[in-house]
Parts: sequence; C-alpha cells; structure tokens
Amino acid sequence: MTAEKMALAKAINESLRTALDADPKVLIMGEDVGKLGGVFRVTDGLQKDFGEDRVIDTPLAESGIVGTAIGLALRGYRPVVEIQFDGFVFPAYDQIVTQLAKMHARALGKIKLPVVIRIPYGGGIGAVEHHSESPEALFAHVAGLKVVSPSNAGDAYWMMQQAIHSDDPVIFFEPKRRYWDKSEVNREAIPSPLHKARVVREGTDLTLAAYGPMVKVCQEAAAAAQEEGKSLEVLDLRSMSPIDFDAVQASVEKTRRLVVVHEAPVFLGTGAEIAARITERSFYHLEAPVLRVGGYHAPYPPARLEDEYLPGLDRVLDAVDRSLAY
Amino acid sequence: MTVESTAARKPRRSAGTKRTAAKKSPGARPDLVQLLTPEGKRVKNGEYDAYVADITPEELRGLYRDMVLTRRFDAEATSLQRQGELGLWASLLGQEAAQIGSGRATREDDYVFPTYREHGVAWCRGVDPANLLGMFRGVNNGGWDPNSNNFHLYTIVIGSQTLHATGYAMGVAKDGADSAVIAYFGDGASSQGDVAESFTFSAVYNAPVVFFCQNNQWAISEPTERQTRVPLYQRAQGYGFPGVRVDGNDVLACLAVTKWALERARRGEGPTLVEAYTYRMGAHTTSDDPTKYRADEEREAWEAKDPIQRLRTYLEASNHADEGFFAELEAESEALGKRVREVVRAMPDPDRFAIFENAYADGHALVDEERAQFAAYQASFADEGEGIQR
Ligand SMILES: Cc1ncc(C[n+]2csc(CCOP(=O)(O)OP(=O)(O)O)c2C)c(N)n1
Repeated sequence: MTAEKMALAKAINESLRTALDADPKVLIMGEDVGKLGGVFRVTDGLQKDFGEDRVIDTPLAESGIVGTAIGLALRGYRPVVEIQFDGFVFPAYDQIVTQLAKMHARALGKIKLPVVIRIPYGGGIGAVEHHSESPEALFAHVAGLKVVSPSNAGDAYWMMQQAIHSDDPVIFFEPKRRYWDKSEVNREAIPSPLHKARVVREGTDLTLAAYGPMVKVCQEAAAAAQEEGKSLEVLDLRSMSPIDFDAVQASVEKTRRLVVVHEAPVFLGTGAEIAARITERSFYHLEAPVLRVGGYHAPYPPARLEDEYLPGLDRVLDAVDRSLAY
Repeated sequence: MTVESTAARKPRRSAGTKRTAAKKSPGARPDLVQLLTPEGKRVKNGEYDAYVADITPEELRGLYRDMVLTRRFDAEATSLQRQGELGLWASLLGQEAAQIGSGRATREDDYVFPTYREHGVAWCRGVDPANLLGMFRGVNNGGWDPNSNNFHLYTIVIGSQTLHATGYAMGVAKDGADSAVIAYFGDGASSQGDVAESFTFSAVYNAPVVFFCQNNQWAISEPTERQTRVPLYQRAQGYGFPGVRVDGNDVLACLAVTKWALERARRGEGPTLVEAYTYRMGAHTTSDDPTKYRADEEREAWEAKDPIQRLRTYLEASNHADEGFFAELEAESEALGKRVREVVRAMPDPDRFAIFENAYADGHALVDEERAQFAAYQASFADEGEGIQR
C-alpha cells in the first residue's frame, strides 16, 4: 500500500489508530470520543477496536481532562486528548498554561510531558458561538508548548504521528472546515519534520504564508492571481510554535513581498510575529511592508456574518494588490 | 430503569485491577418527589403538597397550555432547522414539565440563568419565542435584553452560568432584596469545575440561589454514570445545603419543589440543589445522532412517562378541562407554529457592520480603525452593485 486518498478527519483517525497499535502507552481521552467517535467522528471505531481502557470517554470537564492527562503522562502514558471545540479549551487553559507548559523546566528536565491536545478550530461551518475560534496565538505565546496545524490529510496523518512521539506537549489544531477535504496520504513516505514549513506552490512575485484552513484559500488566491499574470508563492507554515522563519525568509528573499493570512484576529497574532521577524531579517530585501490578512478585533460574529469576517479570496487578493502597489 | 449504557455496565479495568461498575441510578424510588404518577394519578406528598395545595383548575390548564405550546414551538424549530432556516437547534422534547414547572415557580423579580435548551423557561418568563431563534439561525450571538424579563442569555460553555447566578444572588443578598435566583444546567455540567465552585461560593455566602439540574440522562453520548457515581442531588450535602430529586416529568412536583426551594432562598436560608429526573427524548442537537450510543427501547420506556400526556389524563379524569379547551389549544398551537415559521423566514441577515458593534461599551481605537478599513474595502466593490448599507 502506498498513497491513498482520504479525508483529513479520516487521516487523523488512521494516525491515531496506528499510534494506538504501535504503543500500548498511547491513550485517547475526551468527551464523546468513545461510542460516538467524537462529534466530528475523528475517533470513530477506535474504542470498539482498542477498548474503553485505551479510548476513554471522560466526564464533561476540560480542566479535568487535561489535568488528569498530565498525571497520566507523569506515570509514563502518552495521552492524546480531544477538546470538543476551540471555544471550550478555556476551562483547561489554566492546566495547559500554568502546569503542562512549565513542568518539564521546573523539574530540571527530568520529567517529560508527552501530551497531545487536539482542538478542532476555526470557522466556516456556520456554527453557534464558541465553535469557530482560532486561539492559536494564545498558546504559541506560552513557552513550553508546541503548536501545530496541518492543512491537508497527508500532513495530518504524519504530523499526528510526530506530535504523539514528541516528548513535549503539542497543541494540535485541526482545521475543522477541512475535515472532509480529501488528499493523498502516503504511509511509507519519509515525512518532513513537524515544525518545518513547506512551499505548496512556487512563485516569484509575492509570498503568501498561511497554515491550517487558510492554506487552501491562499492556493486558490494564487491560482486566481496567475490568471492576472501574477506569480504567487504559497507557504504552508504547518507550525506556529516554533515557526520556521528560515523558510519564510528564504521565500521572501526570492519574492520580496510577504502577506501572512490567518483566521485569527490580526492584532497581536501569528502574523504580527512573522511580520516583525521578517522585517528584522530581510529588511533590505523587502519591496513592501509585510501585510496581514485575518480576523478583526471583535468577537467572532454570528454565522450569517462569518464570510465577512473570515479572509476569503477577495481579501487575500486585495492585500496582494496593495503589496504589489508599493 | 433504562438509563444505563453498556459503557457504565461493563467493569472498567485499570492497571490490571478489576473495579466494580458504578451503581445503577434509581428510577422511581422513595427519594423521587412525585405528585402526579405517569398514569396521571394525583398522589400525596406530605412535604411538598402544601406548595400546590391552592392550585386552581385554571392554573392547571395553564401549565398544560404552557407545555403544549412549548413543545409545539420546539417541534417547529426542529423542522425549521431541517428546512435549512436554522443552523442548529437544541430540542427540549421531553423536558417540558421540568421547565414549565420550575419556570412557573419563579416570581417576576427573580432572575433566571439558563443554558441553551431552556425554551420552556424562557416561555414562562415572557421572552418572545422568536427571540430564541436568532442565535440558532446565526444572526446574533444572544438575541434579547436579559434585563427585560430577568432571563439571562443562553450559555453555550457548559456550567459557566452557575457562577454568574451565584454572584448575582450574592448581590441580591447584599442589596437586602427578597428575590431569588435560579440557575439551569445539565447532568453533564455537574462535572465542570465551575459548577463545583458555584456550589462552594453559594454555600459559603449563603446565596439565595436554586441550582436546577435537569438530569436528562445524557450529555451528548455520555450517560449520567460517566459524570457521577452518586445520585446528583446528594452532592449538595457535601457542600452543606439541601438537595432533592424530583420527577422531572411531573409538572406539579417540579412546580412544588422549585417553589419550596425559591422560598427557602428568599427567607435567607441559602442555596438548594434540585435534580429534575427527566429524559431528553430527541437528539442532543440537530447535528447529533443518538442511534450511535443509545437504544430505541430506552426512549420508548420514557415516552410512557410523557409529561404532557400525564397532565392531560389528570385534567380529563378530574373534569378540569373539556373538549373545547383542548380544541382551542390545538388551534392556538397551530397559530404559534405558523407565526414562528413566518418570523424566522422574515428574519433578515444582520448588517455586515454588526461585526464591530458592541465589541466595547466605551469604544476602542483599534476597532474604529478596523471598521474604517472594512468600510473602505467594502466600498471598493461599490461599482459592482455591492453597495453597503450603513
Ligand atoms: C465547556 C464545554 N465543553 C464542551 C461543550 C460541548 N457540549 C455542548 S452540550 C454538551 C453536553 C451537555 O450535557 P448536559 O450538561 O448534560 O446538558 P444537556 O445538553 O443534556 O441538557 C457538550 C459536551 C460545551 N458546550 N462546553
């Protein structure tokens, strides 16, 4: 078996299955992950095959889920916990930020916290409030955590394997509106490192840097720009902590222009960090200021307005035009 | 007794040690307050009868009407979701008695903190049912002024509102007012730290708050046994306030017990936990598939305890309602359904600038700047007929 096409959600399911199979210390924990297979069916069938001891339906308590996962990790397990939706991670934020992130350092490096926290995140599915948010910057800001997000099934499969093997806590943001998008998964490939960015489309005039759900939007924008004779490079960052600044720098020094795109609010977001670093690293290569496209400094709006809030083709291309106009 | 899931029945293993499964939760047991049996027979209860002793036939018909109309509203919303008019709906089917009984026990100056399924309580508080739909249609994230009916906004994050209710009740006590506060939540919510903390605060400060837990047996796919190993109402004891379990499908019992609890609060005797033992007959929400985790027989067993049929049997047997009443109510129910349909279909999408509205009470320079950028961006489409309304 080499490459097969599958949906992103299915790829994560397969990846979890592989990990459960390979290592008896791997555990899946969360609300509704068992019989129901999770509200997005990402853990579908796993409890049936691995039992209630390995795929654990938890009480409805996020702080409890993460707090006990920390204890299990201290005891040698490798818990992979599911937070049902982005907006529900906050009851667990205390455990993640004050405990999970800092314990390794406090223990002089003597203990490891191989905990993966899976969070379906982002908008575009017409949900009610607290079901569409992109809180990745809040986690990337905290030292001790690693933060990643795949944009396609192939990456999702491998990145989940790597996250589970990581001895550091990994916050694994799953782009929920891409769960049903299919792409190739090659289980025999040699995957690229977890925190390495990847050029998903080559170009010469400008770099679009994105991750998770926005990679597809940027690819579509690049395809549209091509018709107007503009050659855009698209970079899938894949990791928000650490960020592969070398890859961004290399691309920018080729194209001389950079637009960072994410769903999260622009203010103090991932794009702000990239803009600052790239300005420091590549000031003399830049033909235009680094621009950012993202959410506003306002609560995530009700579903009927989310298309206005979320970056779409037009907003990305508008930023491209502004950059090229310098 | 039908609420057990296989998950709870199977022993759990841990590091090779056999542990016993959680005990079955009781169904109709002596600790379940009931005034009306599933067969519609009035039964005596020494402690709580007093709270409904003076209820008139008209009031009984009123409770019936409330339940019928609430169920009708709920059914309409469910089908509107199926027709694509709502993005999501959380049905209260089966929980009408718990909500109408407790809701009718509240006084106008009491304050209610609901979760997202309290459509019947909203009805009792005089909130226009149409207002409940905006959030589920995706045109707003709330939809009403909480202070106009002392009915707070729906809360999606599980358990959060129990702390707000407690704090509000602490304020009521500080003000020397004699009103009370009631917080609604589910059996799943009982696992949240916020709920435990609200029990602690309300006990320590003797806050006039009633915790009304609708134990509808399920938190999405997790049975109550996945949240607790003792009956939920017994939790209260550990915090130092009374807990009582009431038949949640018995509207009279729910009314009586909630009145009792609210009066205790008013008298300055502090919090009470009421566990309304009931059942969610439908799916968790319209995006849930209950066939993945529960058996049809379970629902069928609970249908025999239907809260509406139970009161109807009693009304008919005691000659408190005639054919004419039921026919009139049927017509009223149809009219409500029709109105809800019309209102929802006519509900406009919000103005796009609503994104920036009310982000702050006093304004914020960054929001102003982004709103202006947004306007300029929108205006750049104006020549394509995409003009903006402002
Ligand atoms: C903090 C948090 N975690 C998870 C969810 C997702 N969720 C929505 S409803 C629900 C189950 C709630 O069960 P319960 O408290 O028993 O109330 P019920 O829906 O049965 O009325 C879950 C897990 C949420 N809304 N908030």
